[in-house]
Amino acid sequence: MTVQELPGAASYRPVPPPAWKPRTDPAPLLPDPEPYRVLGTEAAGGFAPDVLRRLYAELVRGRRYNTQATALTKQGRLAVYPSSTGQEACEVAAALVLEERDWLFPSYRDTLAAVARGLDPVEALTLLRGDWHTGYDPREHRIAPLSTPLATQLPHAVGLAHAARLRGDDVVALAMIGDGGTSEGDFHEALNFAAVWQAPVVFLVQNNGFAISVPLAKQTAAPSLAHKAVGYGMPGRLVDGNDAAAVHQVLSEAVARARRGGGPTLVEAVTYRIDAHTNADDATRYRVDDEVEAWRRHDPVKLLERELTERGLIDEDGIREAADQAEDMAARLRERMNADAVLDPMDLFTHVYAEQTAQLREQAAQLRAELDAEAEGDDR
Amino acid sequence: MTTVATRAAARTAAKPATMAQALNRAMRDAMAEDPTVHVMGEDVGTLGGVFRVTDGLAKEFGEDRCTDTPLAEAGILGTAVGMAMYGLRPVVEMQFDAFAYPAFEQLVSHVSRMRNRTRGAMPMPLVVRVPYGGGIGGVEHHSDSSEVYYMATPGLHVVTPATVEDAYGLLRAAIASDDPVVFLEPKRLYWSKSDWSPENPAAVEPIGRAVVRRGGRSATLISYGPSVPVCLEAAEAARAEGWDLEVVDLRSLVPFDDETVCASVRRTGRAVVVHEATGFAGPGAEIAARVTERCFHHLEAPVLRVTGFDIPYPPPMLERHHLPGVDRILDAVARLQWEAQS
Repeated sequence: MTVQELPGAASYRPVPPPAWKPRTDPAPLLPDPEPYRVLGTEAAGGFAPDVLRRLYAELVRGRRYNTQATALTKQGRLAVYPSSTGQEACEVAAALVLEERDWLFPSYRDTLAAVARGLDPVEALTLLRGDWHTGYDPREHRIAPLSTPLATQLPHAVGLAHAARLRGDDVVALAMIGDGGTSEGDFHEALNFAAVWQAPVVFLVQNNGFAISVPLAKQTAAPSLAHKAVGYGMPGRLVDGNDAAAVHQVLSEAVARARRGGGPTLVEAVTYRIDAHTNADDATRYRVDDEVEAWRRHDPVKLLERELTERGLIDEDGIREAADQAEDMAARLRERMNADAVLDPMDLFTHVYAEQTAQLREQAAQLRAELDAEAEGDDR
Repeated sequence: MTTVATRAAARTAAKPATMAQALNRAMRDAMAEDPTVHVMGEDVGTLGGVFRVTDGLAKEFGEDRCTDTPLAEAGILGTAVGMAMYGLRPVVEMQFDAFAYPAFEQLVSHVSRMRNRTRGAMPMPLVVRVPYGGGIGGVEHHSDSSEVYYMATPGLHVVTPATVEDAYGLLRAAIASDDPVVFLEPKRLYWSKSDWSPENPAAVEPIGRAVVRRGGRSATLISYGPSVPVCLEAAEAARAEGWDLEVVDLRSLVPFDDETVCASVRRTGRAVVVHEATGFAGPGAEIAARVTERCFHHLEAPVLRVTGFDIPYPPPMLERHHLPGVDRILDAVARLQWEAQS
């Protein structure tokens, strides 16, 4: 029995009220069954060399950023660092496809995307360092605070994109999330709102195989995460998340569609988290070395390097130059992160409300007295 | 010059206005003055809200300014956060108290702390309107008093009007506030009336100031929202027994007006906190503790609480036994004769 044959099927789609608009965008909703690839295929030939070179430089820097931040964790300079090693292609492409006026909505693992968008590497790390949660002005950089609660930043992206559209600005929001986050209610609500409002949003799911330790098979029974788009009435795209050119192309198309009023897109990038979830995690408990090794052979940096080399777009000098620049960045980051952050305890009360309440003024006075007593004690 | 419009205004001014109308007027005025004010929620557009509080806003300002959203509270509040990030001032309606719970994560994890976590760079000037409380015969999940959840979350203002005038004045202030405000609307007072004229609205009332609704010398009833009229009734009834009760209407639970409350208790020496939310770990616990800490030497008796029972909100046929009424308040007042008892 089809939907049309069901009792009451005539009224299955109610008479649309005046504001209701059927979806007219010609983009197909169903993703292709295989992840889209560019590198190593004919499609790579048509790719702008400048974009590939830029992607490569950022990938190398990104990889170095990940290893440096991980080292800083071991030295106790960072409270925690959720590494995106292995996922750099997604991080970098997400940042590069956006215009300056666009907005990025990162999750806690997406420090690298924020840095690739131009954020000061130290400012990007304040949350993970144990310094103030967001070390930057989100409006200045058009990067929302790194979101720790899963998927909750997705409706923010939808609301912001919707607001921009209402104000007549051609701004696009790109929201990043992991595979585990797609099980959250906010993921569903955000996608539904985005599709109903035809908001200029791109959702990028980095499917790295595990939500901490839980594999994708225990997360969803869907054929792919990109398939989830269909039910909302938006296109779903499946892409090789280690192929920087492919991610860049798919995201660029999604951003362009959103900008011209075509509505939201859900992109699933199939990738792999080479490191553990964080330094607190033991990945050997839930995955085998063979699997990790297989993904190492499909490394995003090496894939792009091979393409560039084979096509003569980069030589030994170019590779060394990219590595040197990454090393400089790492050295500067190391140096700056080795300086102790200076925090003013009185700031605890400064930004709770626009105006301090009487209750907070009392508590601030209490802390002030405690600090003064401490300082006096030090003098003795 | 007398125009048709002002004559029409004079006619409507003569009619008493309801709290629902005052709230509606507050949103209308705010939307007319400030194009960044947006009203959104389930059924707020074409229908005008299930309580008609948003009646006519979509017609007057268009569906982009008064938007029927999909039925998803986390989505409603979550998208409002994004809109506020882009410079709008969303006024969100949660249809009933218990329907707001799916949005709780957004409220607690983002709305309340966005200013703090961005060190002032990104304030959240949004209002969450929640019709709350019982007394209207609503079925399960339509009568919760959820204020204590909001009160316990730093970064939120929590406001609840008890009069038609305050409904207008406080909602205007809430919309103008650069901080998020949970605006609790006592739904059993939606149809309460006053001579307040929607054509000549009262002044905007700053958030955070309690008011003495009725002066008295023997004891203070401290209350807010739907329990304020009950307290005023109790105060009248108490006169027969020789009690001259003062009634303080908090209006704002966060920030809390210690000054007005304590000034009253120091005058009277006795206090009863009255609210319909549950008593255990309820708002009254906080209020009684604050009053005791600040007014201990002025107190002639312990601060008492008259609250709803510590039960899930009861079925409508039994709610009159749960809600604090005049008799229960008078019983508590009688217990304030502490010396005689001990």
